Amino acid sequence: MSRARAFVVSSIVLLLGRGRRRPPRQAERVLPELPPDPGAETVVLALLFAAALFAAGFIVVYAVDSLPDHTQLLGAALGLSLLCIAAAMIIVAKRLIVTEELVEPYPPEEHPGEQELIVQLVAESGDRITRRRLFKLGLGAAGGTLGLAALAPALSFGPLFQTKYFRGTPWRKGTRLVDESSRPYRASDIEENDFYTAFPEGTSLAAREDLGAPIVLVRLPKSLLKLPPELAGFDAEGIVAYSKICTHAGCAISTYRAPLFQPDEPRPALVCPCHYSTFDPADGGSVTFGPAGRRLPMLPLSIDSKGFLRAKGNFDDEVGPTWWGTRIWRPQP
Amino acid sequence: MIRRAVRFVDTRTATTPIVRKTLRYLFPDHWSFLLGEVALYAFLVLVATGIYLTFFFVDSTRDVVYHGPYVPLQGQHMSEAYRSVLNISTTVKAGLLIRQTHHWAANVFTAAIILHLFRVFFTGAYRKPRGLIYAIGVTMLMVTLLEAYVGYSLVDDLLSGMGLVIGYSVGLSLPLVGGNLMSWLFHGPFPGQASFWPRMYVAHVFLFPVLIGSLLTVHLLLVAMRHHTQFRQTTSESEHAARGVPTFPGQAPRSLGLLFGTAGILFLLGGLVQINPIWLWGPYHTYLSTNGAQPDWYLGWLIGGLRLVPSIDVTIGHYTLVPNPFWGGAAFPLVVFGFLYCWPAIERKFTGDYAFHNLLERPRDNPMRTAVGIGMVTWVLLVFIAGSSDRVYVWLNVSYTSQIDVYRVLVFVIPLLAAAIAHRVCEELVAGEKVDEDGHRAEAEARLART
Repeated sequence: MSRARAFVVSSIVLLLGRGRRRPPRQAERVLPELPPDPGAETVVLALLFAAALFAAGFIVVYAVDSLPDHTQLLGAALGLSLLCIAAAMIIVAKRLIVTEELVEPYPPEEHPGEQELIVQLVAESGDRITRRRLFKLGLGAAGGTLGLAALAPALSFGPLFQTKYFRGTPWRKGTRLVDESSRPYRASDIEENDFYTAFPEGTSLAAREDLGAPIVLVRLPKSLLKLPPELAGFDAEGIVAYSKICTHAGCAISTYRAPLFQPDEPRPALVCPCHYSTFDPADGGSVTFGPAGRRLPMLPLSIDSKGFLRAKGNFDDEVGPTWWGTRIWRPQP
Repeated sequence: MIRRAVRFVDTRTATTPIVRKTLRYLFPDHWSFLLGEVALYAFLVLVATGIYLTFFFVDSTRDVVYHGPYVPLQGQHMSEAYRSVLNISTTVKAGLLIRQTHHWAANVFTAAIILHLFRVFFTGAYRKPRGLIYAIGVTMLMVTLLEAYVGYSLVDDLLSGMGLVIGYSVGLSLPLVGGNLMSWLFHGPFPGQASFWPRMYVAHVFLFPVLIGSLLTVHLLLVAMRHHTQFRQTTSESEHAARGVPTFPGQAPRSLGLLFGTAGILFLLGGLVQINPIWLWGPYHTYLSTNGAQPDWYLGWLIGGLRLVPSIDVTIGHYTLVPNPFWGGAAFPLVVFGFLYCWPAIERKFTGDYAFHNLLERPRDNPMRTAVGIGMVTWVLLVFIAGSSDRVYVWLNVSYTSQIDVYRVLVFVIPLLAAAIAHRVCEELVAGEKVDEDGHRAEAEARLART
């Protein structure tokens, strides 16, 4: 009887209790609870799928060579894909997650107890050492010297103490002047109001990159030319040659202001386009404006019997941007 | 699923307490704190695009003749480095996109660092206990400028070559040691030996990036240890309690949004807005240069400095003590960075304020600091503007020489004027606020009295 009753009761309980599960015991929430926002969710999903679409577009554009404006399409596809994800993230931040503002104490200014412990630890660790100062000296000597030894191989980089390389130029007495295609210049090639670049004959393409190699040539009317006494005779029938490398910061001097209407216009000028150092070619390359601290080195010229331009010697001053040795030495062949 | 992942990590690393702390770290909720983050994300884009570029770049100045698809340069002699960048820009698929994005990212990286520096400076965020964080930041800016300059130089187009020889000349102009130092670095006088290019390359793709990455890590770790600074809250003085949004879940999607946003804009720029079209400049040779050349903007202040210095070398007999480029190219940036490094100590000394500060000041709250900062910014900006005098000449036909003469005076006068004005404006703002506040209080009292 009691068994039957137990059967009935348990059956009822089972039948009624079906589907009504006890909620699982949950820990207290860490984050505050907020209602869902289906609208924002939809937008985020749309943005994520758009990002995927743009990324796929990037792959397609990459693969299809025949498309025009490849770079633009690639950039747009990748950029938009990334921006879609960015937009999705920002909506997530604003609408779909909890943004709590919390307060937390700053870390303490100091930890005196811990500091003391470390001080003691270090001090006590050296208890057994009696000759402290000598010990420090030994450590310093070992560490310092080893450091120097580790640095020493860096000297292989280049000649740290050898500055003679600054003084050499490829110009010799009698060297002919050639243009970029190695054709020798005749004096008759050089016209007024124009500007020529020349190299020493017989130098390789690589050697033309040396700062001592390139020169500028201009022809000036005799009336304008007034070389200082120490440069007298450096010109050849009004043709003057200067190093093409600015004495200020080493750029090539590639602009020439020719006075077309004398005497209204300013004097002729060789100008470096980097910092606008301006040199007067009629006055031995003196600085007339700009930051350069010294004049352009001049190359003495002569004209041989066949009319070719030749160097009469080396530059009168060191070529290239100024350094501590510039005014001490003269260029050597 | 989540539980299993957390358990997996915890049982193997025992880091759950640290992870929990990290997830609940508080970020102050103010837009100006995102500038440094933008810099970080631009750096990530730089590393990613940079790695891609290394697969195609050749670090050699060996002379080659160009036979690629860009017709105007066909048959020209150039370095292998320049040819490889031409190839990246023309024949490598997506190469131009990556290259231009890299260049844009470099610009955004530097700009973001500088704006971040402004925020830190003008709000006094560098004060105790964050002096070290600040000094590391300034160091990163310096390394970044070097890194960007070296990257620009590596291409070996005409403009980059002109930039490199100017850098060489500035190095050469260092008193006592310049000639030796450059001879050592370049292996002889400019353009140096073939070994120089790989040196520059390793510096650009390894030494400097690793240095920036390491400094960045320490910078961020220290920020986290000391916690962010924060602006004064209206409700409570909060020198001892940090108020903000936790990393997770609040801050994470914001930061991710900023990361993807920065990257997205950089790739859009890289794809749609041309930058440094190196095929137009042509190859560099020491005997070539072009008029109207300007460096990337972050070096504009240095070209301005170089151009403004009058024509003087300081000499003792035949010995040149200070060649001219030293002033504009080396002394000027040294003074600016020296100021940045020393300012916190100078301020402490003058104000006697050695206290800890977690609270930021608004620029107006500290008129002296704001005045000094505005003066420095104006100074550098004026030199920067002076560096573009040649462009002004082309646009407006104002004589270049007279512009330079005027700037030589202005760069010393205007910054002082700007500082004075800034000081006054700060004081007026604070006074205005006080008037407002008093007004509000009086009104409130009156209302109270009426009732």
